Amino acid sequence: MSPTAPRTGPGTSRAPYGSAEVDPRQATEPILALNNVEVIYDEVILVLRGLSMSVAEGRIVALLGSNGAGKSTTLKAISGLLPTEDGEVSDGSITYQGRDITHTDAATIVRDGISQVMEGRRVFEHLSVHENLLAGGYTRSHGEHADDLDRIYTYFPRLADRRSQTAGYLSGGEQQMLAIGRALMAHPRLMTLDEPSLGLAPLLVEEIFSIIGRLNDELGTTILLVEQNARLALDIADHAYVMESGRIVLDGPAAELAANPDVQEFYLGLTEEGARRSYRDVKHYKRRKRWL
Amino acid sequence: MNIFVQLTVTGLTNGAILALAALGFVLIFKSTGVINFAQGEFLLIGAYAVYVGTVAAHWTVGILLGLLVAVVLGVGVERLILRPLVGQPIIAVIMVTIGLGIFLRSVVQIIFGNRPLPFPDFIPGGSVNLLGATVPANRLWGIGLAAVTLAVFTVFFTRSRHGIAMRAVADDQQAALTMGISVRRVFAMAWALAAVSAVIGGMLVANLIGVSGGIIEFGLLVFPVVILGGLDSVPGAMIGGAIVGLLITYTGGYVGGGLQSVVPYVVLVGILLVRPYGLFGQVRIERV
Repeated sequence: MSPTAPRTGPGTSRAPYGSAEVDPRQATEPILALNNVEVIYDEVILVLRGLSMSVAEGRIVALLGSNGAGKSTTLKAISGLLPTEDGEVSDGSITYQGRDITHTDAATIVRDGISQVMEGRRVFEHLSVHENLLAGGYTRSHGEHADDLDRIYTYFPRLADRRSQTAGYLSGGEQQMLAIGRALMAHPRLMTLDEPSLGLAPLLVEEIFSIIGRLNDELGTTILLVEQNARLALDIADHAYVMESGRIVLDGPAAELAANPDVQEFYLGLTEEGARRSYRDVKHYKRRKRWL
Repeated sequence: MNIFVQLTVTGLTNGAILALAALGFVLIFKSTGVINFAQGEFLLIGAYAVYVGTVAAHWTVGILLGLLVAVVLGVGVERLILRPLVGQPIIAVIMVTIGLGIFLRSVVQIIFGNRPLPFPDFIPGGSVNLLGATVPANRLWGIGLAAVTLAVFTVFFTRSRHGIAMRAVADDQQAALTMGISVRRVFAMAWALAAVSAVIGGMLVANLIGVSGGIIEFGLLVFPVVILGGLDSVPGAMIGGAIVGLLITYTGGYVGGGLQSVVPYVVLVGILLVRPYGLFGQVRIERV
């Protein structure tokens, strides 16, 4: 199929891209909803241009998109981190459990139950593994720490082995586990993860994704996952959103999205026939064809 | 031998007090990245606050007043002077702390004048026989008090929730925010704790040399101490304090001739040649 040929697959027969209303198929009450959120950096750079999405309680929701689409910004807007980077939500609203948290400060948002695992792991390098976890439990009372630590060491036995080691010297995979464990210490109801697979070996990535799945299953933690590795993300997620240039351009149940020829082409590197394409062609093609 | 014991006690007293002053400096630099050139003045204000409270009522009141003044001073400086400077060039922040130091020093002079005041001696005086040498008891008390304070701070940083939060902020402010740690509150706490350690240090210096502007000169020795120990290291501040304190006293006692004011800096340069981050300064962690 040539790059410019018109498409007639099931992907184009869906609702027009960009109309990202809340999907009626997500039956449960959304725990988090973003309504036409606009984010501006330094008062001039518009990064999110009216983004709307919702996350249903107890689900895993994936947010896909290429570099610079605004995925990390979306997570930072939710966590209240934008002021630290001269950014602000200039329009729209973010509601969590029915309450408006658009301009709530980061510390309060963590107390309310949203924890973010930031891109690049960001462990406290000079603190030990144990102290990193204690820092994660800052918002909880001292009495709860013992149980919480036990639980995290059961999920991540490797961290238990390294409990008194300086976190900066852990391997990348262990640091990612520590970052997730640290976020768990705050008892989040909603955990947002920014590129947990970044820079990790494939085996470790699978391990980490299986743990994310277990956290969702066993603890009932709602997960909002930003990933470049679309295949893995769609595997684990219930629902997925695709964003480009600061807007949602496509969304649906993860399985449906994985079958969508456009998604296959742009994010999974497959042609419509299902054969793998050279990654180089995909990139080249992407430069000419845009969703919007 | 007698002289050695005496000099060691004197050196350790100076060292312990220096460590307290340096601890405050390190605290502020580590968590907020600000180099506080007014640390000597913090010692001065602490000493005067304890003096006023003690003279007016009782030494317990003096210490409480000192701590109260420390917290108000620390939090006030952070809130009113440094917070508006967030994001400004480091040189601007340094100039502001230098200016703050001059301001505080002058205010103290306006109120209390230039004459040294005798520090009320609630710390037991007299002398004690130690290993065959006669040493002043107040110096031993000084070492003890400073050691206890430093131990309390160490436990605070390694065990308590707020101590760990402060170290977390020092490592990565944004990540600390995602743990629900309020970075602003940690900054305020760092300044307050720095002022508290300065008050205890100032009180101990005043007990030795009287309440006067000389306390600031003592405070200036903080710089060789923290550079030697590592600008961001709490144990470094303690050990650096002990080293500088002992060096000065030994040189003064055995060599003399004003050499004691030079030797610390010579040793400082020597150590920096070998360990550029100072003895215990945090090395940037790079994984390979």
